[in-house]
Parts: sequence; C-alpha cells; structure tokens
Amino acid sequence: MGAKNLVFGGLCLTGVLALASSLRPRVTPEQWQDFDPAPYKQAGFKEAVAKINRSFRELWLQAGLAPSPKADDLAIARRVSLALTGAIPSLEEVRLLQSRDEAHRIDWWVAGLLKDRRASDYLSERFARAFVGVIDGPFLVYRRRRFVSWLSEEIHNNRPYDELVRTLIASDGLWTSEPASNFITVAIKPDDNDVGVQENVLASRVARSFLGVRLDCSECHDHPFQEQWKQSHFNGLAAFFGPAENSLVGVRDGRSTYQVEDRDTLERRTVEPSVPFLAELCPDAGLPRQRLAQWVTHPKNKAFARAIVNRAWAIMFGRPLVQPVDNIPSEAPLPPALDVLADDFVAYGYDLQRLLHLIAASEVFQLDSAADPNRPGQELTERHEELWATFPMIRLRPEQVVGGVLQAASLATLDYQSHVLFRAIKAASTNDFVQQYGDFGEDEFSDRGGTIPQRLLMMNGELIRDRTVEGLLQASSRIAQLAPDDATAVETAYLVVLSRRPLAEESAHFQARLRGAQSTDRNGAMEDMVWTLLNSTEFSWNH
Amino acid sequence: MESLNTRRMSALASVPTANVGVASDLLGSGWNRRTWLKTASLAGAGWLTPLASMLARADEQQGGRQRAQSVILLWMGGGASQLETFDPHPGKDISGGTQAIETNVSGVKLAAGLPRLAEQMDSISLIRNVVTREGDHERGTYLVKTGYSPLPVMVHPTLGAILCHALPIGQTDIPRHVSILPGQWYGRGGFLGDQFDAFKIYDPLNPVPDLAARVPDDRMQKRLDDLQVVENAFARGRMARAKATLHADTVARARTMMTSDQLDAFDVSKESAELRAKYGETPFGRACLTARRLTENGVRCVEVTLQGWDTHASNHDGCKTQNNILDSAFAALIADLKERGQLETTIVICASEFGRTPSINGFGGRDHWPGGFTVALAGGGIRGGRVLGRTDPDGARLTPAQGRKIADIHATILKAVGLDPTVENIAPGPRPIKLSEGSAIAELLA
Repeated sequence: MGAKNLVFGGLCLTGVLALASSLRPRVTPEQWQDFDPAPYKQAGFKEAVAKINRSFRELWLQAGLAPSPKADDLAIARRVSLALTGAIPSLEEVRLLQSRDEAHRIDWWVAGLLKDRRASDYLSERFARAFVGVIDGPFLVYRRRRFVSWLSEEIHNNRPYDELVRTLIASDGLWTSEPASNFITVAIKPDDNDVGVQENVLASRVARSFLGVRLDCSECHDHPFQEQWKQSHFNGLAAFFGPAENSLVGVRDGRSTYQVEDRDTLERRTVEPSVPFLAELCPDAGLPRQRLAQWVTHPKNKAFARAIVNRAWAIMFGRPLVQPVDNIPSEAPLPPALDVLADDFVAYGYDLQRLLHLIAASEVFQLDSAADPNRPGQELTERHEELWATFPMIRLRPEQVVGGVLQAASLATLDYQSHVLFRAIKAASTNDFVQQYGDFGEDEFSDRGGTIPQRLLMMNGELIRDRTVEGLLQASSRIAQLAPDDATAVETAYLVVLSRRPLAEESAHFQARLRGAQSTDRNGAMEDMVWTLLNSTEFSWNH
Repeated sequence: MESLNTRRMSALASVPTANVGVASDLLGSGWNRRTWLKTASLAGAGWLTPLASMLARADEQQGGRQRAQSVILLWMGGGASQLETFDPHPGKDISGGTQAIETNVSGVKLAAGLPRLAEQMDSISLIRNVVTREGDHERGTYLVKTGYSPLPVMVHPTLGAILCHALPIGQTDIPRHVSILPGQWYGRGGFLGDQFDAFKIYDPLNPVPDLAARVPDDRMQKRLDDLQVVENAFARGRMARAKATLHADTVARARTMMTSDQLDAFDVSKESAELRAKYGETPFGRACLTARRLTENGVRCVEVTLQGWDTHASNHDGCKTQNNILDSAFAALIADLKERGQLETTIVICASEFGRTPSINGFGGRDHWPGGFTVALAGGGIRGGRVLGRTDPDGARLTPAQGRKIADIHATILKAVGLDPTVENIAPGPRPIKLSEGSAIAELLA
C-alpha cells in the first residue's frame, strides 16, 4: 500500500513538474557550470589536434579527395552524446547548447559530458565488454555488476589508464571487496575441484584488450596469417597466470605452474612465463602477474597505448581507426593519427578523458556525413569512407536505440538524478528491448546489417507505442499541447527526436498534418510524427 | 548429375562475386578494411547475392529431379541420451534397463520410448558414431549447428544462415530462417550478417509478436508516406550512403511481411484437430507442424527446439517424458511430409550438442558425452532406413578415427540441397571459409 502511494505521489509530482517546465528549460545542471576551457586551449592539446588534422589532410590531398564540410554543431553534439552516454541529447540539453558561445560550444559539451555520471556509467559498460566480456561467468565467485560499477567510478575519477590496467592484471583479494579481481575470477576453471584459472582465456584477453593483438590462433598452432606469432608466444603469456588461484581470501598467486599438453604425444610439460616481444621491458623479479602488468603498461610498450587509442576511436566513431579493433598490425603502415594520439596519451599520463576529448576535437570527428552542398554533383565514395574524409555512418547499437527512444519521449534530460520512476522504466525496458533487438555481445564493432525483427520492433513494438501515445509525460503530447504554433511544434519534435531543425519542405509537410487539428486529433498527429521520425534511417544511424 | 554440379560451381568460382570483390579490396588497402562496398553492392542487387542468382539461373536450366529445398532441424537441447533414443544397447550394463523395439526396417532397433517413430524408420537414417571434442553445451551447440569448432576470432554462420545466404529467395515474404521455441544459442548469421539470424517465435498457440500495426491501415499508410519525406531529406548529399544502410529496404520487407498472406503459415489453428493430435498438443508438437507449414511457403530452415534433455539426474524418467513428446511430433512430421509429397524436398535432422555417458552416475543420471552419439537424418533425397557406424556395447569412447565428424553431416546436407560444400564465403580477416570442411557421406545420397 505504502509503495503504491509513493509511486502515485511520484507520478503526480513528476506530472506537475513536467507541466510547470516550459518547452524551453533554463536550468543549467551543475557539471556544466564550472567548465574551464583552459586545458583545451593549451598549446599541447591544440598541437595534437593540429597534427591529427594535418595527417588526414595529407592523406586526402594525396588521394585527391575533397572532404565533407564541417557538420552542424547539433549533429556533432548528437555523436558525442551517443558515444559517451548511449543516448541522444535531450531538448533541455539542445537549448543549453544553443545558448553557449559558438567558439567553445563543442569543447564545452564534451568536457561537460565527460564529467557526467551518465558517461562513466556508459563507458564502463563499453570497456567491460573488452575486459571481462558479457557472460555471467562462474556463479558466486564472479560479480559483473560489481566490476562495472567499480570501473565506472575509476573512469569518473579519471584514474590513469596504466594504473587501472595494472590493477586489473595483478589484482588480488575477494571479488566482492576488490572488484578489480573479477577480471581474474571470470576465468576461474569451471571444475569445482580446481581452484586455478583458465590461463588461456586471460592471456587472450590481455593480448586483445591491452595490446591489440589476437594471439588466440597461436593457442593451438603458429599463427597462420601473421607469421610473427608462435604458439610459444601464447603459452608464455598464459604462463603468467599459472599460479593464480581462487581461495578463501580471494584471488592470489599459489604454487602451481602453467602446463600444456602436447597434442601429438599427449605429454604434459611446464611452460615458463615469457612475453612475446620487447622482453627487455619485463622486470625479472616480482610476482608473475605484477611483472606482466609492468611489461604491458611500460611507456615503451607502444602496443599498449595504440590498443586503447584504437578502442577510444571506435567508441567515438563507432568504427576503429584500424580494423578490427583488437588486432593492430605491428608492421603494416598505420594511420599516423594512431601514433599521434598514442604518444600524447603516454606523455599526458594515460588520461582517458583527454584522449576522448582529443578525438572529439579533431576535424575528422566534426565532418559532416553528407557531401558539400556547395559542390553540386560531388558524390561521396568508398574512398572517402576509407580515408575518413567524411563521417562514417554506423548503425546504432541496441542500447543507443533504446536510449534514444526513451530520451526522445522526454523533454528533460534523463540521467542518474532524474526521478526514480524514469530510471526504473529505463532499466527495465532497456534490457528487454536490447534482448529483442539483438545485442552485439563482445564483438563490439562489426557491422552486420539490420534485421526485420528490429524494424518490426520499432514499428509495432510495445516500447515505441508506450513512448509515443498520448500521456501526461510524453514529449509528443506536451509538444502538441504547449507549442504556441504548428511551426514550433514541428521544429521541437525534430529537435527532440533527430537533434536538428526540419528542412523547409519537411516543416511545410508536417505543419499541414497538424493544421487545424484540435486536442485529441492534434495529439494523434503528433504521435504519428514522432513515430515517423523514430522509424527513419536518420534516427537509427549515427551520422 | 555430378559433372553438372562441378561445372556449375567452377563457373561460379570465376564469377567476381561481391564477396570476392571485397576480399581483394581488403587485401589491397592496407590498414582500412571497411565493408562499405559490400553493403553498397548488396543494396544495388536487392537481396539476391550473385551466388544465389547464379544458382537460381542454373536451377531453371537444369530441370529434372527436384532437389531438397528446405531443412527442418529438430534440436534436442541439453544433449539427448543416444542410449534412450536412437542407439539402444538392450541387455548390456550401459543400458540401465532400457529396452529396444523393432522398427519397420528389419535389423534396425530404436529405444522402447519411440514406437511411432519406429514405423517411419524406412524414411530415416541414423549416424550412430558421431564424435566431437566438445563436452560443453555452448561449444557443442556451436559445433553441431555451424559445422565448425568455436574460434575466438570469428563467429561462423549456422547451417540455416548458410542456406539462406546461398539459396534464392523466390516468392517468400516471411523470414526464411526461423527458430521456434529457441534456446539460448539459436541459429545465427555469424559473419554473414545479422540479417541471416533466425526469426524467433515461441509456442505457435500465440500470435507472432510485433507483427500487427498499432494503428489502422490508412493511418499506417500516412505514416509511411510521411517517412518518405524524412528519408528524402536525409538522402541529400548522401544518397548512396543512405541507400547502403538498407534501412528503407528492411522497412519495406518488414512491411511486406506484415501484410503477407504467408503469415497464415504461422497459424496452426488452420490445421485439422486430427492432424494436430497426431503431432501432439505440446508446444514442440505444434512447432513441428508449424515448421511444415513454413517450409511449404519457401522458408529455408526451421529450427525447432525441445529442451529438457540435460538429464544429469534421473535420466530414464527424463527421457521417458521427452520421448513421448518427440515420438509423436517427429513421426507425424515425417508421415505428414510424405503424404503431401514434400519429404523429397525437405530434409529433417534430429540432433543435439552431444550424447550422454554410457555409465550412469549416482543420481541415476547420465553426463555429457561427445564420444559417440547419434544424428538422425531423413528426407530431401537422403536415403532412409540406413544405419551408419556403431558405438561400443560396453561403453568405450570412440576414437576420432572410429567416429564421424559433424562437418561430414553438414557437407551431406549441403550436397542434398545442391550446394558445393567447398565453395567459400569470406569472413573478416579476410579469410575464406568453406561452407563446410567435411565430405558428403556417399552412402546416404541417392
């Protein structure tokens, strides 16, 4: 009974607040107020951005490509929001953005979001996929949620990335009180009588996530395509995890060693820990996992910085600088921007937030995804895509779609401070929807084509219906009721769903739909419009 | 026949398909490996891949005997005990008391719980010596459904996705790859793309979710007209790119499906009560009947899952319950297909991720056993009434040399639908991956 009253009370309160706020909210949330543009005006920051820009300009010049023009600020803001928070900007945020000085608008936006809890919550989930995967893992000794919320805290506090990774690899202790140790316990052997870990799983994680190398093939044989990787490399890396075991006091190093079975003779032999390259960077003394952690994160181990740069780039653009995200060749020619960013990352203390901001500040991130209207007849080609001369168009991830739908249904920003009612709805319908829409799992950045069930879900699914039909809190109803005229109503709906203003012909078309419609009819027309915008290519893609 | 097949495939090999084009592009362009070209060319060619259109043309010219068109996979989730189903060893210690019954093929016996199926045995062949290395549910399921062991570097497509990718669409409006009562690891497109994932439906008693529009027809049409206005605006300056997303295409296909007469295929209530009773009024029985209705409408692969075979405890009781459900549904499906003249064009497979141990544990259960278990095959030109391979009556594990590889079963099915298993798809990397690495089992192909 008490709970029911509380929910009802909450509903009434939210309703009153919702009606009280106009379509032009004026409040500036606190993380936006203390933005200091100084770090982004520093010579080092500007130099790095200029270097990245130059490197791409050169590529385009050589290839004879004219890049897309700079995108509209709102389009850039949408990309930043999708990358950092998994949702589109709210109307409230759009208004805030429009109120800022144009020169620093995007820097201000990126810096503000990086301080926002929504960003650390979302980024921690994205990084966790690389660090521990998506599976539920061994019962009792593995707590994924605990791991993710710890990671979120670390990202929020901008813990230097090298420290963070050392903690993961070398963590000891209980998976509950030392959440980082879940990095190890996720790989505990499934056999109840064995306290050891699956060394090969952890070796493969370290190689892929922290070094950008797929050594997995070398687990069973020498690498068929990249000749430098031998089976002995993989085994040597796995051997660092040989002594790791789970005990009553949690993860620690015991006395066991890593043994492999010869596939032909079935003989077992012990493998000593060894690193696959730059052996001189690996300390000789210390516990095995600590030695490995030191080697992986050594400032001279370039693979480490490159791997995270490539992943950060992929999170921002939806597509890594070098494909696939976790396999960066050490020899082949690499895009120069990779090393510009990697060098800056090491020089500025492994600062993740700075890295993400640098990428967002680069010219390529701010390019339009369409051709220059001042060069009629110019078609964007595959070559433009390849050389980043236009912003890549990437299908939104399922949680971004649902984040977008939920945000579009509300005029105010949905975040961790929002009313508890909204958050409950968000958690429940996100998961359900993500399930049905089809999650990407661990394989984060492969483009795999859309499906009919996804379209059916967007056209006829419950979530879309619930988010568009008439209701006290729905954006569509509120716009229909509160907008002073049809033109404003259409513009507001476009800003809310697509984060842009309508073109003249769009505005005219939808104004005609609204013209003269009163009350229920007007709500219906607005519902139709929001449904249409939600089902467009533009909504479902990052562009 | 054989030579014709070879000729066709070698002709295919010289056709610069979209996939091959991508491969050379990828190899040539150093650090960038975008598949834009692939999507773009797909958009242009509609949904018919070059391989598919070649096959379609070849089919038109070929005439002659009709070959298999569709596959129905009866998936025994959890790992069915071979000893209580297709490979009984009555009187032996490992039987744990399970009896065997005669079938309509002399000398071939089934476990006692499958009397109706025994009457259809002349249409079904059993491969009793399947051996794999995978004793884990997820890994075993992956291997049996894709024909490949799991690799960390890529996800292989399952058989249904391979078929939908390679075979022409024809007049089918509804998804051509369907999983009924799907488990956790249902048919996936893997590196071929999510568009080849199975369309999931549950107990056919209930309507398929999200198929009905939420507004009346005229209002829906108005919405779709409006959508064109928004799409046109977005296409400005990025016409080709917007097209390459295939978004509009997928919307149109979803719309076609929503309004298609073929949706009737999902509705088992259209069948007589008598026939439904034969299949059994269970979710699995209804699902098998739906599978037949779907393949009639050109659906290439239907996967029907019967969960509950993971009998670590009380194996014999568990198998009894399961066999009751399986026996009516499987037997009715074969009889029904035969009666309608569709058994020749429809392959039915009954398989699970592994078998169960010959020894019985302390809880009266049997544990995971990839060391010798049975896959049953019927229809689609595959010979019936044969038994291939045998397991040890005393329960010894078969060596790989004594066993049959899963890949060989894939190759056999691919052959039966007219595909050359050695044809390659291009996985990211790029690496060429054969449709199957196995060799077709000659004794089973007519």
